[in-house]
Amino acid sequence: MTYDPDVKYQKSHEWVRKEGTLFTVGISDYAQDSLGDVVFVELPAVGKVVQKGEAFGVVESVKAASDVYAPLSGTIVEVNGKLKEDPALVNKEPFGAGWFVKIQASNPSEYEELLSSTEYEAFVKGL
Amino acid sequence: MKRTVLYDTHLSLGAKFAPFAGWEMPIQYPAGPIEEHRLVRRSVGLFDTCHMGRIRMQGPGAFQLLDKLLTARLKDLPVGFSRYSLILREDGGVLDDLFVYRLGEEDWFIVVNASNVEKDLAWFQKWASEEGSVQVEDLSSRLGMIALQGPRAIELLSRIAQAENPSLIENVSRPNIGPVRARAFGSEDLFSAQSREDGQDGKAAQGSWTPPERFGWCWVWIGRDGGGRERNSVNPGLEGGDKGRQPREGMRESTGTGRPAREGPREGAKATPGVRCLVGRTGYTGEDGVEIFPPWEDTPAVWNTILAGAKEEGIEAGPAGLAARDSLRFEPGFALYGHELSEDVTPVEASLLWACDLEKSFVGRDAVEKRKTEGPKEKLATFVMEERAVPRAGYPVADETGRTVGRVVTGLYAPTVDAFAGNAFILTDLAGIGKTIYIVVRGALKKARVVKRPLYKPAYRT
Repeated sequence: MTYDPDVKYQKSHEWVRKEGTLFTVGISDYAQDSLGDVVFVELPAVGKVVQKGEAFGVVESVKAASDVYAPLSGTIVEVNGKLKEDPALVNKEPFGAGWFVKIQASNPSEYEELLSSTEYEAFVKGL
Repeated sequence: MKRTVLYDTHLSLGAKFAPFAGWEMPIQYPAGPIEEHRLVRRSVGLFDTCHMGRIRMQGPGAFQLLDKLLTARLKDLPVGFSRYSLILREDGGVLDDLFVYRLGEEDWFIVVNASNVEKDLAWFQKWASEEGSVQVEDLSSRLGMIALQGPRAIELLSRIAQAENPSLIENVSRPNIGPVRARAFGSEDLFSAQSREDGQDGKAAQGSWTPPERFGWCWVWIGRDGGGRERNSVNPGLEGGDKGRQPREGMRESTGTGRPAREGPREGAKATPGVRCLVGRTGYTGEDGVEIFPPWEDTPAVWNTILAGAKEEGIEAGPAGLAARDSLRFEPGFALYGHELSEDVTPVEASLLWACDLEKSFVGRDAVEKRKTEGPKEKLATFVMEERAVPRAGYPVADETGRTVGRVVTGLYAPTVDAFAGNAFILTDLAGIGKTIYIVVRGALKKARVVKRPLYKPAYRT
């Protein structure tokens, strides 16, 4: 199990990477491993406004459909089009090519409230 | 939660487990269900199916009793063969689907779904007690069960096992031990007819019933010098009568078929170490392959012998879990109890009239005949998504106005045909091939099309 030390996490297993004023969002290695083979990712339209904690997408594995929750409030400015052709990227590179969306945060301080990599790892180990 | 005798084997292979019919079963291994599915289609996959029910019925009148309880024709099923069948309630509702193997004239071996073992046993026992002379025995905890499936399955088996040739079909006093060939499974090369269509387009099949294909079975010794077990073992429960309870080091036993006692396998004068297993040319993946019934406690040894043998012989093989098993059985159009089959549907709705010999009398026959004549309200339809979305069992099916017209019973990603697809019970008028339907995915209507079964037909069957 890998925990990217350069991103922050929330307990519903999404990660956030700060890139200037934008925040990239994906799901953790633990999440993809629990889900198993991902076969479909339903992402929101660019321009959609999301609230922290709101379900903004769905990741479907062979096993089940799971909601993906916004770790920050803001506007979706980009979605990962590659997941349409190759949803298995979520399994192969959860912290890299398997990212989901980029959010223009309306309240960037929400980022600071997220879990650090070590905090998230401790949380997962307690599950 | 029950665990099969292969639980520790799965643990060491890195399996993930999930509950299934009261069993803790491997749902997938590290390769993942999609890769496991592809492995079975291109080479060989190994499945733990020890959770399934294994029942033996024998004694005078066993044929007559089973002929009454099973929908399939049994009178043309010789010793040495097996066939797919259903058992029905009087009202035609499907109690279970199963494979029945004829071990002897009045000796039958039945493999049923894990979720139905108790129900089926009670059903068989109820009828047998009226008959008096037929014994019903639950062998589920005495025999293991492994499915070896894929285009190279027979080749792999032939490298690690020897068959008792000829099989029980021919009444010989002393079987030879010889190589495993397709011929060892009877003189016919027979595969599943389960994808055969009857009335999928809404019309009931006309004319006389054609018996579905039969599958050969034989005794196979699995293991070989260096690769197998040190000692020989016989198969408890499947030997004649009480003889199966003899100490397992005993190599001489009655076969229960009136033949003289059989000696152990011979290759010249040298005994071949191994485990004697009933092996049927059956399976539920749409590929060639076998189902293997070793003694329960020898099952891990058989499993390991197969995987080690594959490695030595350079035949690509690996374990496959229940998730892959589901997509593998869906593509060739095989029904799964609890999805396509239940007590609420008859063979007419489920398009399984081909498994029912309406020319004979069986429990539920009249109800089936009546339903067939009246025409079913709903039919099982296979669909492929035209809009990208994953259908799941339980999702409603709608017409373009959003009116509910059916329900999804299987929905998944089908790896070999690379499509999101499924099965649904749909109002008969809307179940015709080519019709547009909508699957209600999280409140949204997603377009799908009714297609002809099967979605997948392996090359060997065409």
